[in-house]
Amino acid sequence: MIHSLFLINNTGDIFLEKHWKSVIGRSVCDYFFEAKDKAGDPENVPPVLQTPHHYLISIYRGKLFLLSVIQSEVSPLFVIEFLHRVADTIQDYFGECSENVIKENLVIVYELLEEMLDNGFPLATESNVLKEMIRPPNILRSVVNTLTDTLPTGQLSNVPWRRAGVKYTNNEAYFDVIEEIDAIIDKSGTTVFAEIQGAIEACVRLTGIPDLTLSFMNPRLLDDVSFHPCVRFKRWEAERVLSFIPPDGNFTLMTYHISSQNLVAIPVYVKQNISFFDTASCGRLDITIGPKQTMGKMVEGLSVTIPMPKSVHSANLTATQGSYTFDLATKVLVWDIGKLNPQKLPNLKGSLSIQSGVPKPEENPSLSIGLKVQQLAISGIKVNRLDMYGEKYKPFKGVKYVTKAGKFQVRT
Amino acid sequence: MSSTALYNDQGGAETAVEAGQESTSSTGAAFGLFSADFKKNEDLKEMLESNKESHKLEAMKRIVGLIAKGKNASELFPAVVKNVASKNIELKKLVYVYLVRYAEEQQDLALLSISTFQRALKDPNQFIRASALRVLSSIRVPIIVPIMMLAIKEASTDLSPYVRKTSAHAIQKLYSLDPDQKEQLIEVIEKLLKDKSTLVAGSVVMAFEEVCPDRIDLIHKNYRKLCNLLVDVEEWGQVVIISMLTRYARTQFINPWKEDGLDENNETAFYDSDSERNQTEAKPYIMDPDHRLLLRNTKPLLQSRNTAVVMSVAQLYWHLAPKHEVSVVTKSLVRLLRSHREVQFIVLQNIATMSIQRKGMFEPFMKSFYVRSTDPTNIKTLKLEILTNLANEANISTILREFQTYVKSQDKEFAAATIQAIGRCATNISEVADTCLNGLVQLLSNRDETVVAESVVVIKKLLQTQPSQHSEIIKHMAKLFDNITVPMARASILWLIGEYCEKVPKIAPDVLRKMAKTFTTEEDIVKLQTVNLAAKLYLTNSKQTKLLTQYILNLGKYDQNYDIRDRTRFIRQLIVPSEKSSALNKYARRILLASKPAPVLESAFKDRDRYQLGTLSHSLNIKATGYQELCDWPTIAPDASVRNVEIIEPVNEWVPKAGKSKQRKSEKFYSDEEEDRDEAGSESSSTEDSSSSSSEESDKSSSASEKTSSESEANSIDLFALLCSQVTTSSFSPVKTYDLLHHMSAKGLAAKYHFPRQPCLYQPCMVAVQVILTNCSDHNLEEIHIGDRIPASLNIHCFNTIERLEPGAAVTVSMGIDFSDSTQAANFQLCTKSDKFNVSIQPVVGELLTPSTMTEEDFCMEQRLKLAQGTVVPVGSYCCFYQLY
Repeated sequence: MIHSLFLINNTGDIFLEKHWKSVIGRSVCDYFFEAKDKAGDPENVPPVLQTPHHYLISIYRGKLFLLSVIQSEVSPLFVIEFLHRVADTIQDYFGECSENVIKENLVIVYELLEEMLDNGFPLATESNVLKEMIRPPNILRSVVNTLTDTLPTGQLSNVPWRRAGVKYTNNEAYFDVIEEIDAIIDKSGTTVFAEIQGAIEACVRLTGIPDLTLSFMNPRLLDDVSFHPCVRFKRWEAERVLSFIPPDGNFTLMTYHISSQNLVAIPVYVKQNISFFDTASCGRLDITIGPKQTMGKMVEGLSVTIPMPKSVHSANLTATQGSYTFDLATKVLVWDIGKLNPQKLPNLKGSLSIQSGVPKPEENPSLSIGLKVQQLAISGIKVNRLDMYGEKYKPFKGVKYVTKAGKFQVRT
Repeated sequence: MSSTALYNDQGGAETAVEAGQESTSSTGAAFGLFSADFKKNEDLKEMLESNKESHKLEAMKRIVGLIAKGKNASELFPAVVKNVASKNIELKKLVYVYLVRYAEEQQDLALLSISTFQRALKDPNQFIRASALRVLSSIRVPIIVPIMMLAIKEASTDLSPYVRKTSAHAIQKLYSLDPDQKEQLIEVIEKLLKDKSTLVAGSVVMAFEEVCPDRIDLIHKNYRKLCNLLVDVEEWGQVVIISMLTRYARTQFINPWKEDGLDENNETAFYDSDSERNQTEAKPYIMDPDHRLLLRNTKPLLQSRNTAVVMSVAQLYWHLAPKHEVSVVTKSLVRLLRSHREVQFIVLQNIATMSIQRKGMFEPFMKSFYVRSTDPTNIKTLKLEILTNLANEANISTILREFQTYVKSQDKEFAAATIQAIGRCATNISEVADTCLNGLVQLLSNRDETVVAESVVVIKKLLQTQPSQHSEIIKHMAKLFDNITVPMARASILWLIGEYCEKVPKIAPDVLRKMAKTFTTEEDIVKLQTVNLAAKLYLTNSKQTKLLTQYILNLGKYDQNYDIRDRTRFIRQLIVPSEKSSALNKYARRILLASKPAPVLESAFKDRDRYQLGTLSHSLNIKATGYQELCDWPTIAPDASVRNVEIIEPVNEWVPKAGKSKQRKSEKFYSDEEEDRDEAGSESSSTEDSSSSSSEESDKSSSASEKTSSESEANSIDLFALLCSQVTTSSFSPVKTYDLLHHMSAKGLAAKYHFPRQPCLYQPCMVAVQVILTNCSDHNLEEIHIGDRIPASLNIHCFNTIERLEPGAAVTVSMGIDFSDSTQAANFQLCTKSDKFNVSIQPVVGELLTPSTMTEEDFCMEQRLKLAQGTVVPVGSYCCFYQLY
């Protein structure tokens, strides 16, 4: 399926290549470079390209391109999903997926790629299994040389996501319910579209093979869900509880979606006025943010990002709270506010200067809002209880809620 | 050349050096660059030849680093290949990596390593066997094809499912190396398809798809098993299996879509042919239970975290499910839009194709396709495409309002695409055509050239498709003309007026008059269109415009731009009749005023549905190499019985005693049980997990209990009592024998075991196990006994030490193992005088249980009790009518 993989940085250097079948020359990447130049922005490069003899499927992540070479019909999502899994694995191993990190750990990355695919077909993609075969570098290599003599067993059990013989002195299981609000608010402040994307991120450090059951107070809220392979579908369908043998360490247990049909609470409102004058080459900007439906919780980490039109030259603004930066190269204005004080609403006001001789921008830029509300799942979802079977000890359990702004956009 | 010479001196007489050197020096220009590498590689070679493991390891790491960077390290082959038999696993792995990369280039030397792999293929450790097969099959050296074939055949019958999985991968590799082996490989595939392990299923189907995708007949017998295993197969395997089953289903089941059509056709056939055969296609349409099975078993996979799995289920439903069921996939597809950019791109492409045929599926989710200013352009355009597809009379006003925002986007490419989309909405929904047209006309005053140009193009298209409304809008545009400064737009309007000058006979000459005034100050492109307009008017309305045209042609004749001078000269020759004028003159009218074909406004995804959704071909809209056409439904369903699997069971032999009439039922019951037992066997470590389905199991067992109860009513012979009495007699031969120790891995000592299903004599909590020890070597084996147990607390009643076992002789011993009512494997050592072998006995749930009689009421009571307690006893359903030892 996947014939070869090239890792390419933003400037077009190929710094790693791996072939699972016979070797394909680097020149195949030229077609990709051509498309990349044409697209301009790396985000705009088409993920699937055709060349005379091969097909190229690429992803762009962390300023890197992962480019795979395909020779015959395959589901493109299969390849894309796999490439993202490669990036995830690298991130899992080394903390981030960037050119420097990969260059530093070239051999380990190469070995990982060797294990992840056999003849171009995914073999081991579970991080628990991979870590048994190839140790991450943070453990002393001297230890590794003795350790690797034990061969992995994870692939054999019917819980391939869990490594065998897990032992902890402190047994703990933490679950973070993270919700993101995706919304589009129009000029007048009405919600054009809003939905909630939730995820339960788990950090489970439990000895042995625990069997966990997690239930919700109000599972009916969940509109559409997807699970880590460890979750038993049938149990969910019949009883609406999550029953699973967890992987060891960090993982995403489930993601869910609460669609716009249900009323989605919007925690803040934005009053904005951005205008450019016809006559003088300048514009005015005035933004105020206030609390709307915060359920009595504090809104933190508030920020506003505005990609200004290219003709905007500079910004001369005053913020009553927080600070702003205007990047002259990318023309992005970022206003970092911090906590929202309901008594004294943060305001950003001032003038924008436009390059002279250039006609005034047609459209006002839209604002992206960033925010965070601790201890609140905006959808109202609540974990009821977590039970453990199969092991005798008492684990330490915890659930945390947090709401964030996802793709939260205000049109102006 | 000096460095080559140096290298040669030190490299000694090894032939490979020559090869390496040749290949490098032949690179010519890059030679100077490589000379540094040569020196570096020299010290790598020294390190590899040193005695210290750490040096070798360090060297191999650096070499693999070179490979990863795409540098040539092939001249080190002889030095590396020596380490293939190293004891250090870390080092060995790196050598394998190297071998796989360079074996093809250095075939002769690669052969040196083969014997090492052949030895490793017989290693007692399954991982070593698997990795040996993996590397051996990755060495693309044609000479070893027979060895590979042999190894694959052997591995395909290996006890370890992991090794069998690897053999399935090796099949594809061998096939691409030597397609002549196809027939033999198909035999292996056929064998592996029967495998019941979830580990193997995905890989063997992959091999099937690559080697013999057209041998659909191999699937029949395994179809139901694959459907049932699907949920537990690893995610990548799921994608492959689902796409194969999609193709399979299209050849085996009848079309579930044309329900009405079928009814009529079958009316007569139903009555005059024998009803039994016709039952499946009789009216109303009844779906084949196997077809239903596939749909039912794939549905939960929509909840997978793997986007490729979700997409493949979606395409399966799209291509196989009855129309009204397809919409179950909508939500999941929309969910994928939250994923990475590339995933969004592919999913949106597929939704675009789907939304053309089935608007209703995605209409409730219309808002999920609203564009954000932060989306990349290609995502934006796809969303726009879908929104346009979804537009209908009811939602058009919402969509148009949304489009208004997009038109103002800073991303001009996207704004232009929006204008096109508006044009499409206008042609598709006649109610809003006027509104759209007015909106577009307003856009003509936009300052951006792309927007204006696009608007004019779209207006032009709209006017061409709706000839009735020409004059009003053209008049309007003519009015706007003075205010529009963008040359492209001015030019386009002039073209429009020229093209439809007969519809606006009064305005056209006036516009020309104005243009004549400002001609010299206009942009070139406007001048060109002015000349065109003049020419067209001259042909249609020469009375009014003759002088104007001549004036303009004169201006054009002396223009600074040669394009305009050329055009003027050409037009003059064409339209103004003169003595010198050519024959072309006659045709002037037909040339200039030919009716231009109306452009077609339709989705770019209109014809994409000829490709299977979710495929590369669909994404590129080009038939990709190796694309398998999805065939049409058969008109008459092929024989469904080919998928029936007959189960050969030893229990059948004594079942007739319970009454012939009940044979079928009991057979069914046992087949269920057998299936479960096998499942438990393959899910090696714990059935506690039993992710497959506790509810399904309880279904099965409850129905099973019903059957048994009815049976006991009928013959007053309880099956379990019968089983009980049967198993205690020594004549009963056990169901299954398992391998404990293979003679290849244990120096000739082979051990097999089975569960005699007798109460254990030694302790009541123990399970009796019989072990058959065979000496397959050519010498006596002495002092065979049981050694250490892991964990040490494991309670085993050992057999007495066997002092001597002659070559070829076999002995059966019995032992007792306390599994503590769990399915955890019992690990212990089997020792001879000189060796110790680690073995493990994996009990199957069924073997831990003892049968007991129970009435149906009691059974139901018990079951309810267990459910009420909420205890997780996935095997609870068994416990209800078996009791634990």
